[in-house]
Amino acid sequence: MSDAQTEAMVLDVKGLRTVFFTNSGLFKAVDDVSFSVRRGETLAIVGESGCGKSVTALSVMRLVPDPPGRIVGGSIMLEGTDILSLDESEMRAIRGNRISMIFQEPMSALNPVFTVGDQVAEVARIHAGIGRKKSWERAVETLALTGIPAPEERAKQYPHQLSGGMRQRVLIAMALIMKPALIIADEPTTALDVTIQAQILDLLVHLQKEFGTSILMITHDLGVIAETTSRVIVMYAGEIVEEASVTELFARPHHPYTEGLMHSMPHIGHDQERLNVIPGTVPAPTNWPHGCRFRERCPYSWELPEREHPPLYDVGAGHISRCHLAREPERRNHPHQPLVVQEGVGAA
Amino acid sequence: MTATARGGNGTAPLVSVRNLKKEFPIRKGVFSRQVGAVKAVNDVSFHVARGETLGVVGESGCGKTTTGRTILRLLEPTSGEIYFEDRDVRAMGTRDLRALRREMQIIFQDPVSSLNPRMTVGAIIREGLTIHKLAEGTAADARVSQLLQEVGLRPEYATRYPHEFSGGQRQRIGIARALSVEPKFIVCDEPVSALDVSVQAQVINLLEDLQREHNLTYMFIAHDLSVVEHIADRVAVMYLGKIVELATADDLYREPLMPYTQALLSAVPVADPKARKERIILQGDVPSPANPPPGCVFHPRCHHPAKDVACTKIVPPLEEKTPGHFVHCIKQPPTSVSWEQQKEVGGVHPPERYLPLAAVHA
Repeated sequence: MSDAQTEAMVLDVKGLRTVFFTNSGLFKAVDDVSFSVRRGETLAIVGESGCGKSVTALSVMRLVPDPPGRIVGGSIMLEGTDILSLDESEMRAIRGNRISMIFQEPMSALNPVFTVGDQVAEVARIHAGIGRKKSWERAVETLALTGIPAPEERAKQYPHQLSGGMRQRVLIAMALIMKPALIIADEPTTALDVTIQAQILDLLVHLQKEFGTSILMITHDLGVIAETTSRVIVMYAGEIVEEASVTELFARPHHPYTEGLMHSMPHIGHDQERLNVIPGTVPAPTNWPHGCRFRERCPYSWELPEREHPPLYDVGAGHISRCHLAREPERRNHPHQPLVVQEGVGAA
Repeated sequence: MTATARGGNGTAPLVSVRNLKKEFPIRKGVFSRQVGAVKAVNDVSFHVARGETLGVVGESGCGKTTTGRTILRLLEPTSGEIYFEDRDVRAMGTRDLRALRREMQIIFQDPVSSLNPRMTVGAIIREGLTIHKLAEGTAADARVSQLLQEVGLRPEYATRYPHEFSGGQRQRIGIARALSVEPKFIVCDEPVSALDVSVQAQVINLLEDLQREHNLTYMFIAHDLSVVEHIADRVAVMYLGKIVELATADDLYREPLMPYTQALLSAVPVADPKARKERIILQGDVPSPANPPPGCVFHPRCHHPAKDVACTKIVPPLEEKTPGHFVHCIKQPPTSVSWEQQKEVGGVHPPERYLPLAAVHA
């Protein structure tokens, strides 16, 4: 990789493996995941519960609870530094400073006994080494940037005095105050109502344009992705199964899982009689199946996916897919009943 | 004609609700003196026709769940009338109410907390059969197996416990429990919002199949507008305890007339990066239901160009603008609140048809 490319890369994750040691066995939550985020871009990781998207985000923040979890392999380069080699105090200097996170549930991410202004100012006090007065001023300025009306008064209030949308703006202000290189937004609008979600997504897009911060967006909502991001990674059963630009992904989903996900959503204005479904459920994380992990739910599977774990195939236009169909594309024209349905366990 | 007078397909409605109100008292001080009330459901009237699905949408705190629970008398209404097949639900005593519960069931949002973790799946489903004396012994076992199969689960699962199942499977167990007593009417309270997209589609299809096979009537409460469009025949939009728009799903999504519905629909992210859409971003938050704004509840956030002082003074009736399409807005013509009446209270803009979304969902 040339220096120019490294320069443009804010985050570069290679071969990340994060596991959990549980009573029912070793749980490979993130299994050999590699991706990178360029300066100023929004990359989304999409997938359903248990696919490993949130653990990926926590790994990048080095916030995986240990025990039971541990990062057991790979490298995470943030602006050229491998953060897996840092000790906790060095990591603390980076967290909230160069890389910050917006959590899903704004109420539990805020401390109920401090005013929101204090909590935003604290970030600047710790990382910029500035005094109380200065940091308070900066907190009020940042709160204003996130569209909080009357920020001087609001800063003096406690989290319970604010609405869900306002709290999420406070979290965004905390994430933004140090102008980090990367913000990880883990389901930032899932807990919000749809009209408030629209306000917050609008704000994130606007702030990114203004400050050129990179965003890693973790979500399960394909609609949110279509409206806010430039590149998408689809995760399934602990691994990346597809990666493409957002327009390419929606125009030509390659992996049968992505295809199934898109078809199973009802769309406003295009009502169909029956929703398409992906039969079955995600396999247990302590026992990923041999070969392709989506095989039993797939309408195209044959002997090869059973025998061989598919690599990430390049399917053109910067689009990669973990599906053997890349080798035998004509099989897509002959779908059949997936294995789980044939065996009569199609119900989730 | 009011929203309640019209029965679907000319038949008598299965459920009709008139002027329903539910207030939760706010108490303060050592003597828990009542200092105010949260008007969770504030004068709501509608009906549900036999065999139809009435969708109820709205944001958190709009009163949609309270409405559903009040109809089943899981919550006692403050005032208003509830009729189930011409029987007065509010006048019923404990015994009548228990018999009624055989005909009206509910499916809850959270499949984890709504199933008793200490009971086997079989026992959970059997409970209704025993209480209503529908089946005993081996007949009950056979019925449990049949119900499990009907919701797409294996009969062997009857001996297992809820924690052994995934979210989608648990929701199927909740559906089997509701079906066990052969109800006519089921309130589905956000039945798929805790589920992943692929599993959500499986459960929606199941609910639709069951409706067809058993001629069920649903009240489907949800905040996800695309799910409601898919499943509902008619849709009621709620805001701050009021129904602000009620129409067939086709009409409502094609031509929303209430400015709130317009904003709500425009806010839904579209899973198509090439779709260019106009978005109406509402400013601020929903006001507190303990202190709703006077006049039209939506006026502080409304973007209708004819909005004026009259909107803050007159409570708009839910009135029929086009056949079967009821809207709570005195600025969308035609309206029974005449321009003279509006001027009298200080109105300056005459009613004017406003359709900012005409092209959005075309």
